[in-house]
Amino acid sequence: MNLVQKIEDTTVNLLRLAVTRLPRDVKDALKAAYERETDQTAKTQLKAILDNITLAEKTERPMCQDTGVIIFYVKICDKFEEISGLSEILKTATVRATREIPLRPNAVHPITQKNSGDNTGRYIPYINWEIIQGNFLEITVFPKGGGSENMSRLGMLKPGEGVEGMKKFVIDTVVQAGGQPCPPIILGVGIGGGADIAMKLAKKALLRPITQRHPDPEIAKIEEELLEAINETGIGPMGLGGKTTSLGVNIEYAHRHPASYPVGVVVQCWAARKATARIYPDGTVEYLTHEVGEK
Amino acid sequence: MAVFRFKTPVSEEDVRKLKIGDIIYVTGTLVTARDEAHKRALEYYEKGEKLPIDFEGVALYHCGPIIKKINDEWITVAAGPTTSTRMELFEAEFIEKFKVRIIIGKGGMGKKTAEACKKYGAVYCAFTGGAAVLAAEAIKKVKSVEWLDLGMPEALWVFEVENFGPLTVAIDTYGNNLYHEVMSKVEANKKEIYERLGLKKEE
Ligand code: SF4
Repeated sequence: MNLVQKIEDTTVNLLRLAVTRLPRDVKDALKAAYERETDQTAKTQLKAILDNITLAEKTERPMCQDTGVIIFYVKICDKFEEISGLSEILKTATVRATREIPLRPNAVHPITQKNSGDNTGRYIPYINWEIIQGNFLEITVFPKGGGSENMSRLGMLKPGEGVEGMKKFVIDTVVQAGGQPCPPIILGVGIGGGADIAMKLAKKALLRPITQRHPDPEIAKIEEELLEAINETGIGPMGLGGKTTSLGVNIEYAHRHPASYPVGVVVQCWAARKATARIYPDGTVEYLTHEVGEK
Repeated sequence: MAVFRFKTPVSEEDVRKLKIGDIIYVTGTLVTARDEAHKRALEYYEKGEKLPIDFEGVALYHCGPIIKKINDEWITVAAGPTTSTRMELFEAEFIEKFKVRIIIGKGGMGKKTAEACKKYGAVYCAFTGGAAVLAAEAIKKVKSVEWLDLGMPEALWVFEVENFGPLTVAIDTYGNNLYHEVMSKVEANKKEIYERLGLKKEE
């Protein structure tokens, strides 16, 4: 068994799973929203999304034409040895996935405006590393669409504004975005740390299933409160009105500097694509987000 | 709210029946156009040059599709709508000059477009954002492509479609704009939410 090849193949497979099949929690939430809506326009939008998801699964085609910028979250274990060259393996897998699935080439040089054509470039795909204990390699692919990313915001609030200011900032971000990020959206909120840390935590919060509340009951309560408030805005699916503006709010926090109160909000569209797998030294692959055997 | 099924060419009389919130499905000819194509079409008109396509009565789609060429045939992989506000610059004039009757996109359009819709008889419809496969399924054939030099997303793709939709009428010929109606309700709701959560209102 060639472990390097196994990692590459699994990564390509994860990218395919992510763009063609939504994780269960999001799909269930969309179905529940469809049942709950009474507004005809909102129902029509949700039905179109659900039909689209079914078709994407059936035909193995990307559920949305914007297959995003490719982001990885990788957990490497102290006892897993095949680590050298891992970023190259992930890059190769990205190029292959772009050609084979296909994905839309979305990596553009910010100065020359040249599209690399294969979803790779400087710092792209972007890889977040974490070292943990154990004997496996865990890879999460997180392709992030541009339309919703454009609505994300960072607020460097005054500490005096505190929790109240944070709640306002989150609600205002959603209202300003309106129908543009293809609601129903999922919100990742990062509080504290610093400017970069708040944004990073906000995005990382999106990795948690929307059915799972923060372990800290205080934070969990704010998540629920914000979700309810956002759904009361009436923006609705696609900004055409209705009860479902958001499917979930996930908050993550870090301790902050006494003088600053950073709040990061990352907006995720209904096409909340992600897929995770663990690879063990003997080549066994375990998929954590999708119910699939190995391909 | 009513459901309509239209065949292109769509007449002015047809679209004047529609009200915001109505659902329509289109069968016939659908042409994609983004910023660049709008710009070039209007430049051609200025110069009195002939356009490669007659837009009268067809459905215009704000979309940059992913198309694959397999054995000399174009196959539509994905064709979801793009954000329409970018076309606000051109759309009113486009409606006036070329008599398109149905414009399809996502995210809504502004005052100038709404005025042109009312004056010349056109509607703006929302297609569900991101629903690229649903759209591609309704596209039965790529009839032709023009201005491919603008690049794949910006070119004019002429599609033959069957029951393309659901499309929600968001701007009708009576000056109504569904997005604006929703957003003014949202502003009012926001005040109530702030109050309920005990947040200060000033902004
Ligand atoms: S915001 Fe999301 S669903 Fe909408 S077009 Fe972009 S990637 Fe697709």
